[in-house]
Amino acid sequence: MHERTVVSSDDIDRVVQRIAHELLERNRSAADLVLLGIPTRGVPLAERVAAALEQVDGVRPPTGSLDVTMYRDDLRHHPTRGLAVTGVPVDVTDRVVVLVDDVLFSGRTIRAALDAVADLGRPRAVRLVVLVDRGHRELPIRADHVGRNLPTAADEKVAVRLRETDGSDGVDILRPLRPTGTAVPGAGA
Amino acid sequence: MRHLLSTADLDHAAAVQLLDTAEAMAATQRREIKKLPTLRGRTVVNLFYEDSTRTRISFEAAAKRLSADVINFAAKGSSVSKGESLKDTAETLQAMGADAVVIRHPASGAPHRLAAMGWTTGAVLNAGDGTHEHPTQALLDAFTLRRHLRGGEGDLAGVRVAVVGDVLHSRVARSNVHLLHTLGAEVTLVAPPTLLPLGVGSWPCATSFDLDAVLPGVDAVMMLRVQGERMNAAYFPSEREYSRRYGLDARRLRLLPGHAVVMHPGPMNRGLEISADAADSPRAVVLDQVTNGVSVRMAALYLLLAGEGSEA
Repeated sequence: MHERTVVSSDDIDRVVQRIAHELLERNRSAADLVLLGIPTRGVPLAERVAAALEQVDGVRPPTGSLDVTMYRDDLRHHPTRGLAVTGVPVDVTDRVVVLVDDVLFSGRTIRAALDAVADLGRPRAVRLVVLVDRGHRELPIRADHVGRNLPTAADEKVAVRLRETDGSDGVDILRPLRPTGTAVPGAGA
Repeated sequence: MRHLLSTADLDHAAAVQLLDTAEAMAATQRREIKKLPTLRGRTVVNLFYEDSTRTRISFEAAAKRLSADVINFAAKGSSVSKGESLKDTAETLQAMGADAVVIRHPASGAPHRLAAMGWTTGAVLNAGDGTHEHPTQALLDAFTLRRHLRGGEGDLAGVRVAVVGDVLHSRVARSNVHLLHTLGAEVTLVAPPTLLPLGVGSWPCATSFDLDAVLPGVDAVMMLRVQGERMNAAYFPSEREYSRRYGLDARRLRLLPGHAVVMHPGPMNRGLEISADAADSPRAVVLDQVTNGVSVRMAALYLLLAGEGSEA
């Protein structure tokens, strides 16, 4: 596997700040927001966005985590997953729920998350924040706020690192080794 | 995990994973919408050769909360009373596409036979077989203990539990001894010598004939039902004597430490193994056990059915 860092730690800080501003522009105040991170890395990301909102607006919206495992449509195709924590601090009814995840890929996780949110209550609106959009959508789902668009090949892997879970911040693209002679744009960079 | 037949098959990690999963399931049961789409399109058969209300309803509720289709099969009034064998019944269910079979059978070992003989490709869950095992009952007991004594996390290391009464006929006792031992708890069986099974010395627990001496040192006391229907001989002189020596009454309740809880798998013989004072005291967690039963069975069905060919 080739590994290439495409987003640095500083980039992530800037992206979180920008997304916080965008959210405020869209909602005027952070007071009626609730941020729900999708485990694992969506949860610390939601915390960071909430902290940035507090800096700008003076109000820190409640944050929680939303495990979507039990709502996935591909459970039968994988070994059984352990369940992560779902902790939603407030009633979501009539609030603006902001789903936060690290990577947007097929869109199936977000579909499951929408079902999970619907079982919690009836939010006024649901918005989606992702750190990285890598394309290859299989469902008509798009994010409202995207940190970075990263066009990738289907066989590449995008690995997001966060201080809280991995000890350091960054986004790496892992690319499988191709046979020699094949042109690999950007290899070795 | 492919089947859930015995708590003796569960190692520490698997047991804790089951309890953690049950905790996540319990969290979903506090919501307004309790139903999850997790097992949509899968079929769970409740195959009950023995009367049971709470276990069958509990499994049915668990499967339905996970959106599985449920078929209830009671042997009474079915072709079993015309002489159909377990094999033929199992093959019929297989042909109908059962993904899991929850079996309650009066013969010890029937679920093992069903799982081992290849009559069904589905997961087999033992819902009580003869005097052998009742693993989901033990799991819900462990879950209830963990909630009351350990804040719902980790294992039960160092927790002292007395299991009192008709151990000989009790699959609940057998399953609990294995599971509680795996989770690190210390179990003492308290029963008249006639109601302790042969070979109990090899079980991972202590035994005693003196309830009054054991009670002050435990964190939980688990009363077993005196199973009159399984008794084919005189195991104790009279109900009155049994009740006096091994029944939990108001006086014995006061011997327990302040934090200790009283458990009973139900149905209770009030006035025999447990007095109304004890059964209705604030320390009794019998209804918690029933509630937790649904979460634990949801966890078991999820872990057995959600993943295809899962090895975890």
